[in-house]
Amino acid sequence: MSELTFTLLRLGYLVLLWVFVLSAVAVLRRDLAGPRTASTRRRRPEPAGPAPTPTPGGGAPRAPQRGGPSRLVVVAGPLTGTTIPLTSSGVLIGRAPSCTLVLDDDYSSSRHARIFPQGGQWFVEDLGSTNGTYIGEERVQGIVPLAPGVGVQIGQSVVELQG
Amino acid sequence: MTALRPEEGAPTRIAEAILLVVALALGMGGMWMVGHSLEGGLPEGFWTYTIVLAALAFTAHIVLRLRAPYADQVILPAVVLLNSVSMATVLRQDIVPYPSLQGANAPRHIMWSAIGIVLACIVIVVIRDHRSLRRLTYTAMVVGIVLVILPLIPGLGREINGAKIWIYIGPFSLQPAEFAKIAFAVFFAGYLVANRDTLALAGKKFLGLQLPRLRDLGPILIVWAVSLAVLIGEKDLGTSLLFFGLFVGMLYLATDRVGWIAIGLVMFAAGAVVAWSIFSHVQLRVNIWLDALNPDLINGPSFQLVQGLFAMAYGGMFGAGWGEGYPQYVPFAFSDFIYAAIGEELGLTGLLAILLVYLVIIQRGLRHAIGVRDGFGKLLAGGLAFVMALQLFVVVGGITRVIPLTGLTLPFMAQGGSSLLANWIVIALMLRISDAARRPSALPTRGALADPVPAVVGGGAIEVGGGTPVQAETEAGAGRSGTPDDATQIVRGVDR
Repeated sequence: MSELTFTLLRLGYLVLLWVFVLSAVAVLRRDLAGPRTASTRRRRPEPAGPAPTPTPGGGAPRAPQRGGPSRLVVVAGPLTGTTIPLTSSGVLIGRAPSCTLVLDDDYSSSRHARIFPQGGQWFVEDLGSTNGTYIGEERVQGIVPLAPGVGVQIGQSVVELQG
Repeated sequence: MTALRPEEGAPTRIAEAILLVVALALGMGGMWMVGHSLEGGLPEGFWTYTIVLAALAFTAHIVLRLRAPYADQVILPAVVLLNSVSMATVLRQDIVPYPSLQGANAPRHIMWSAIGIVLACIVIVVIRDHRSLRRLTYTAMVVGIVLVILPLIPGLGREINGAKIWIYIGPFSLQPAEFAKIAFAVFFAGYLVANRDTLALAGKKFLGLQLPRLRDLGPILIVWAVSLAVLIGEKDLGTSLLFFGLFVGMLYLATDRVGWIAIGLVMFAAGAVVAWSIFSHVQLRVNIWLDALNPDLINGPSFQLVQGLFAMAYGGMFGAGWGEGYPQYVPFAFSDFIYAAIGEELGLTGLLAILLVYLVIIQRGLRHAIGVRDGFGKLLAGGLAFVMALQLFVVVGGITRVIPLTGLTLPFMAQGGSSLLANWIVIALMLRISDAARRPSALPTRGALADPVPAVVGGGAIEVGGGTPVQAETEAGAGRSGTPDDATQIVRGVDR
């Protein structure tokens, strides 16, 4: 192998090494840019436009019955607007990271309250929270039935079931 | 409602396949040039090594396609690149007959690489959900501590080149600390996800730093003691720094309190100063580092370090070319000093490319820590990425004289079974978490705003749109996920 060929191969090797690095970075860039545009598109649909498409891959169990409430919406507090689809396993609310709805709120307990279905009806249960769970002015004691559209106060947040 | 199987419309992983081909081509090219420059033909075993690496890399690719279709597409090719470039380097040192390079053993290196990749595939197949590791939190702690203490047991551990980090079982030698770092990452993730509230919220404020309560300091004191025991008993600064750094880094990830980093740095500095003033081997390490070119040291303790520096200087900007360097003058150019050997033959340009490949792997790990939804996964991915970054810093910093030299190995590059196996397991866990992070989910992200239009979230409403829009979106989203960036908001979104 002549000197020239070797030098060309040597530099060619370094070029190929950098081609790898740059194409890896290109894949990353697509990865970084991609979801953001996709989610903005998804999150801000035309006001009169068709209902937005849900995220694909929905394998979540369904709400226990049709016609009943299908989601839990935060209507007041720092997380206002957050929606959680209801599943047959219910929703755990609190500060602990394992909760379905995690509140970053010093007034809520780590496992504060639970909203769950039983026999076609939804119930709210206070899990021994420090500051209590309220429906209107009334503090929830034990397990209380919960109708759609009724606000439940947990710490600084209010959540309600919606159809 | 049509039950959407998650695998339907999953990314085809084309990018990964293409990058894998380039990575393997670089390994082949390296071995080809090594052979032509040193022997005037293909080196012995060229086809065996190439076929084994390619077959296993594509097996891993197919395993990912089947079992973790949403996993990151860059991590696997990046790691295969590092492994195959190191294959070429070790082969290059194996085929020259210098006594100082007797330890370089290409067949052994390919064997451990192959076992590493197979192990990674097994981890991906067996661990279907990284959250199952959370059950092993305290088991992992015990395993980690036992692994760290093993080299101190007389008869099992053996002191090599001043550090006692090896154990010998029959013909096999093992560096248990490499595996201990995985166990500790699992333990810290499980422990911290359960206790971060106490660590972050209880305690006094002092000089703008939120200091934790004294009784919450228990675990950090234990880890500090273990890492000091490693420093003193095993005479290994690197491993000690690795464990302690991992813990402090993960504490910071979990609690977002800078106070922990301050406490950690002060404790490590205090421990290091005390060790320095008491132990002569620590003093020697520091002298080698500060005064490497001292004529009294250069032919003795600092020989290796200085030869490594000379090798990298000889490599210069573009390197001497494969097979044209003098690795025989650098002790352990195939394991501890492989970074210097690569610098000699590929130059600064090559080294920077290699470092960027590491950076990409680490960035992916941290990115998926942000993207994944559960706290345990976040901490585990963040911790594994951080420990790899720290290890890289300690190794490269030691070789380039930024910090005192330690006995750690460069992940995926240095010849040595424990390091390869342990780091392939780390990569398998990272891939598993990245799959969870990028998998599209019907659940909205916490903290994300709801749609202004009455939602079709969950429930039976999906059939309203029919299969088509869902399908279309899946295709558009191939290769990326619709969720991780929303998930970024989990961390802080609430405060704003």
